[in-house]
Amino acid sequence: MELKSNCPGGPIEKRWEDYKFHMKLVNPANKRKYTIIVVGTGLAGASAAATLGELGYNVLSFCYQDSPRRAHSIAAQGGINAAKNYQNDGDSAYRLFYDTVKGGEWRARESNVYRLAEISVNIIDQCAAQGVPFAREYGGLLANRSFGGALVSRTFYARGQTGQQLLLGAYQAMMRQVTAGKVKVFSRHEMLDLVVADGAARGIVTRDMVSGKIERFAGDAVLLCTGGYGNLYYLSTNAKGCNVTSIWRAYKHGACMANPCYTQIHPTCIPVSGDYQSKLTLMSESLRNDGRVWVPKTAGDKRAANEIPDAERDYYLERKYPTYGNLAPRDIASRAAKEQCDAGRGVGPGGKGVYLDFRDALKAQGQKKLEEKYKELFEMYHNITNEDGYKQPMRIYPAVHYTMGGLWVDYNLMSSVPGCFVLGEANFSDHGANRLGASALMQGLADGYFIIPYTLGHYLASSKHPKVDANHAAFKDAEDAVTGKLKKLLAIKGKRTVDSFHKELGLLMWEHCGMARTEKSLTELLQKIPALREEFWKNLNVPGSDADLNQALERAGRVADFLEFGELTARDALERKESCGGHFRVEYQTEEGECKRDDDNFCHVAAWEYKGEDQKPVRNVEPLEFKYVELGVRSYK
Amino acid sequence: MNFTLNVWRQKNANDQGRFETYQAKNISPEASFLEMLDVVNNELEAEGKEPIAFDHDCREGICGACGMMISGRAHGPRAATTTCQLYMRNFQDGETLTLEPWRAKAFPLVRDLVVDRSAFDRIIQAGGFISVNTGNAADANALPVPKDNAELAMDAAACIGCGACVAACKNASAMLFVSAKVSHLALLPQGDAERVRRTLNMVKTMDEAGFGNCSNTGACEAECPKSISISNIARLNREYARAKLLS
Repeated sequence: MELKSNCPGGPIEKRWEDYKFHMKLVNPANKRKYTIIVVGTGLAGASAAATLGELGYNVLSFCYQDSPRRAHSIAAQGGINAAKNYQNDGDSAYRLFYDTVKGGEWRARESNVYRLAEISVNIIDQCAAQGVPFAREYGGLLANRSFGGALVSRTFYARGQTGQQLLLGAYQAMMRQVTAGKVKVFSRHEMLDLVVADGAARGIVTRDMVSGKIERFAGDAVLLCTGGYGNLYYLSTNAKGCNVTSIWRAYKHGACMANPCYTQIHPTCIPVSGDYQSKLTLMSESLRNDGRVWVPKTAGDKRAANEIPDAERDYYLERKYPTYGNLAPRDIASRAAKEQCDAGRGVGPGGKGVYLDFRDALKAQGQKKLEEKYKELFEMYHNITNEDGYKQPMRIYPAVHYTMGGLWVDYNLMSSVPGCFVLGEANFSDHGANRLGASALMQGLADGYFIIPYTLGHYLASSKHPKVDANHAAFKDAEDAVTGKLKKLLAIKGKRTVDSFHKELGLLMWEHCGMARTEKSLTELLQKIPALREEFWKNLNVPGSDADLNQALERAGRVADFLEFGELTARDALERKESCGGHFRVEYQTEEGECKRDDDNFCHVAAWEYKGEDQKPVRNVEPLEFKYVELGVRSYK
Repeated sequence: MNFTLNVWRQKNANDQGRFETYQAKNISPEASFLEMLDVVNNELEAEGKEPIAFDHDCREGICGACGMMISGRAHGPRAATTTCQLYMRNFQDGETLTLEPWRAKAFPLVRDLVVDRSAFDRIIQAGGFISVNTGNAADANALPVPKDNAELAMDAAACIGCGACVAACKNASAMLFVSAKVSHLALLPQGDAERVRRTLNMVKTMDEAGFGNCSNTGACEAECPKSISISNIARLNREYARAKLLS
């Protein structure tokens, strides 16, 4: 398949503006004739649904939660970037663009990233107008803080609950459109298939999670805003319900899956405490503004943290990366933590942890000042670990957090299936091989508020598709497939629970395709996953029926998809014979242990195309060109 | 640690429902309450029995999905804590715990510990927003907001919509939830234009949904996992009186 990015040419700062002007518009009176299906109600989905409703489209919005307000964007803590340059510290759209391309190790499209940086300022304006209670200075103006991978202070925040406040802003805008009759919400509905009719995405098949009813919904376009696939690893900072199902089913209908091996392991999470553990909790990266990361210099040092004098501590991020110090980007900080722990200098149970120490910040600023910035985070840490971060350093360890990979989309955010658009974390578009902190919220809202309203209109105005209703044969086929799969899951009646399979898969992925990957580990993984999948379909036990609320059945469907998707992820990681960002192949590293890219052979997007149940997927390539941010070494020293 | 659980089991809204007893064995004190339930559910599933249904998602205390009455207390005994952030070290080994769903007319039961809280969405639809279409906004710093007001607004906006306030209230009142949103938006200059309409419509929808009234008992504030202050209810009453006078 030929992948056409449809990126405009010309000077980078003019591209989006010119492109917008040349896009076709839908007559306001005609918008009400179109039905748009939006799956997912996080920042991308809620902002898209609200904005499209405001424009006059009929929006059908779906989420698996009991309310759209609970989508996992709500858990984002630290902040949202915008090139406002309110701090007069030299920020600009160009600098945000530069930082993001470099931060992603030159594996994202320049055109997309520049557009994101350009739009970032509008997002802050929009959210402030909605009443998002951003942090402010005494003069009443907006406050900023710094995040990893940047030397300017461009992050806007609402305490440690920025994601919550931005999501509630988008949710409220969407609720307003419900009252206006333009958005219809279907909560507790899980999308189980995409319907492609006559060459375009025309609807979805869902399961009502309360009644078990399988339903068909037809529309003129489908927007997948269903987040990332971090739960492939079982333990991650994602919500328990996060899954790959919607984008995986779209993949099987021809949407290419791009760079699934780019997974972000976040350096500051609370370490694992036992095998009953169901998820990992992130401590916001913003804490690295004031916390200093260290380990004891001597391996196996069992003294309490506060008893170890400074001379015997290794502030390894400050030592290795003097310019960025504790604010080194996530992939780099995570690998550095792993390196220390592998060398036996880790702290806490099993030596799987490093310290994040606020002693010096407390001395300099006092507890009150820190409470103002991080109160909820310290409380959460205390509550989970029973340790007080003000009195002793926090213990942190890397955990799976975000996935840069996702469905391939062009400049219009449209996948390789016409009419199927993908927004937010679910697409692959803007972060390359590594995402910088406070950029996920920015991307979700840029896609939903400011990009899709234009590109969707252009698609609708320039494509002639006959009206399709839910009686079309494609809907029946999709519904039959969905029903058949559910019945099959219930009929196995083996001996193992869904969670036992999910945990086993997660551990396999973490060990073979986690922070460090090798040809050997990935080759092994490619043998182990199909074996586990085979056992799943023979030995799974899902109790209950498909005719009512059945949480075990819901989980089983998602794990079944993870068991297929994990194999593709391993394949992608094996084929990408270089190290970049969230993809670290041990064979390809510099003498200092940093990523060694291979721009001659891998400066491209790998977009996998489904070829059938027992066929090998095809690895399509979209070359990446860099005219503005020259390919270079990503140094934070 | 070991626990005896008396759990409310009810197949659906039409089923009568009953308590059933389960044993939670060998639970780590570092496990969360929901992880303890995961262990019990895994054992049930392995025996081919249907797991206890409960709502949950983020498991970091922010999505508001989880919540149940634990021995008569909304989200359990610990103050300012959601069920997912409640750790078993807060309980005594050998304790018997009674788990029930939120019980309120406006929250119909779905299954076991799962209830339907869509009434909260309807209340927000009635006016819990600022009417500003995408693209309308002026520069964010064009409108300064005094820091103290922004902080108070944020205190109120921290509500996670879990419904514990309703479950804890003897009148099943939703006043704390409604007042948190009304306060958040009334405290900000951006929300001023719609103050009257918003307050009247949200209160009307709250009443229609079947929530009770507030009689100042304060259980909502005591049980709120986000420590939303009851002074927001005073502000709602003031906003309501003001709205009535002005409308």
